[in-house]
Amino acid sequence: MFYYVDVSGAELQPDSFEELAMPLFDQLYNFAHWLTQNREEAEDLVQETYVKALKGFSSFQLGTNFRAWMYRILRNTFLTSRTGLKATMTVPLDLEEDGPEVAVERDTPETLLFDRTNRELLQHTIDELPVYFREILLLCEVEEMSYQEISETLSVPIGTVMSRLSRARKTLRDRLRPQVQAGAGTAAMAKGTNHGL
Amino acid sequence: MVCESWKAKLDTYLDGEIPEKEMRTFDAHVRNCPSCSADALTKVQMKRAIQAAGKRFTPSAEFRKRMQQSIAPKRQRSFRLGWMLAAAAAMILVVGSLTSAYLGIRSGRDLASRDHVYSEIADLHVATLASSSPVDVISTDRHTVKPWFQGKIPFAFNLPDLQNSEFSLLGGRMTYLDQTPGAHLIYDVRKHHISVFVFQERSLKLPASLENNFLSPKKPFNMETWSQGGLRYFVIGDASAADINNLAKLFKTTSS
Repeated sequence: MFYYVDVSGAELQPDSFEELAMPLFDQLYNFAHWLTQNREEAEDLVQETYVKALKGFSSFQLGTNFRAWMYRILRNTFLTSRTGLKATMTVPLDLEEDGPEVAVERDTPETLLFDRTNRELLQHTIDELPVYFREILLLCEVEEMSYQEISETLSVPIGTVMSRLSRARKTLRDRLRPQVQAGAGTAAMAKGTNHGL
Repeated sequence: MVCESWKAKLDTYLDGEIPEKEMRTFDAHVRNCPSCSADALTKVQMKRAIQAAGKRFTPSAEFRKRMQQSIAPKRQRSFRLGWMLAAAAAMILVVGSLTSAYLGIRSGRDLASRDHVYSEIADLHVATLASSSPVDVISTDRHTVKPWFQGKIPFAFNLPDLQNSEFSLLGGRMTYLDQTPGAHLIYDVRKHHISVFVFQERSLKLPASLENNFLSPKKPFNMETWSQGGLRYFVIGDASAADINNLAKLFKTTSS
């Protein structure tokens, strides 16, 4: 969808909020549903986000990133909506200290997996990831946010964005591998051409 | 060949987060290294798969309607009525002219997606010039305009030196195309305004046929677009084709 927003006005009016915020509606809802894993909760979360954002719109600073601002409100609302969730959002320090993933094994059947568009398997595996990995993967790959935007949204330094993203990708890949290999083996068996797997 | 140092940065490279200069070196390496290019391919496939799988949930029409109603501003019939009516009339005029321009550009329903992109760019150009404040940073100095974009858009770009040219820089503003932030520069040549748009190529969903497409003589505006250094440029205006091309050349030279 193409849209155009103008944040150049000297004053931010309620009209401007609607123009800026509604184009983000689908994306925010998708993100909220991934976080809550429930349609009703996702709707409540999005609604609360918009209400908070509208109330705080006068304090929104021109020239700053509106999208990151909205996502930050949504995420903070999510964190405070579930008792004790904040604790589970804290990523152990040793995870952050790990370097980026270096080696990529050549003989994994990822190509087979994605050629077959096994979307449901991937969705299920992403669903099973801890929230702090799930959210950063979605912000980077689905929302296509820059590291700077993710940093603003999650309120963490860019270095943390990079290391957490790397860990998230590695974890996803590690969890997918056995399922992919099982799937590839089954498919090959069905065809009677299981050599090479 | 030992590629560990390259591979350590492969994710950052594919996320488009490596400085432009290093990006070119990386491009060259990946093109010539079978091991790195295979790894890059695997990672790109994973990225695409996650992107496709991640676009999973859609809000219901009922929920959208409810939300729109809840955030729509309450219209007040007060002493501001006259002002509101004037604003409404102005809006109708703007919308009317935009619609005319839009319909003028889009001559049929079966337009190719390439024409759709042209229409969007033309709309951005027209809407900006119709605005009471077309630029957010007003300066003829490229060393003032370029730094203004720092921190506002997720990439850097160069502005050409206009000495000994007929063009003058009027200023710039942020813009959005396909939900992607970008830079919008406005230039002047013999009383014609020309817009230059710069976006991150990877963030836009552009048709392949757009590559290096030049001008659109049957349309109200001349336009040139190209991709360079990971950025997508659009130059558009009602100036002559030669002027559009000359300004595009200045940008190409500066960015090469």
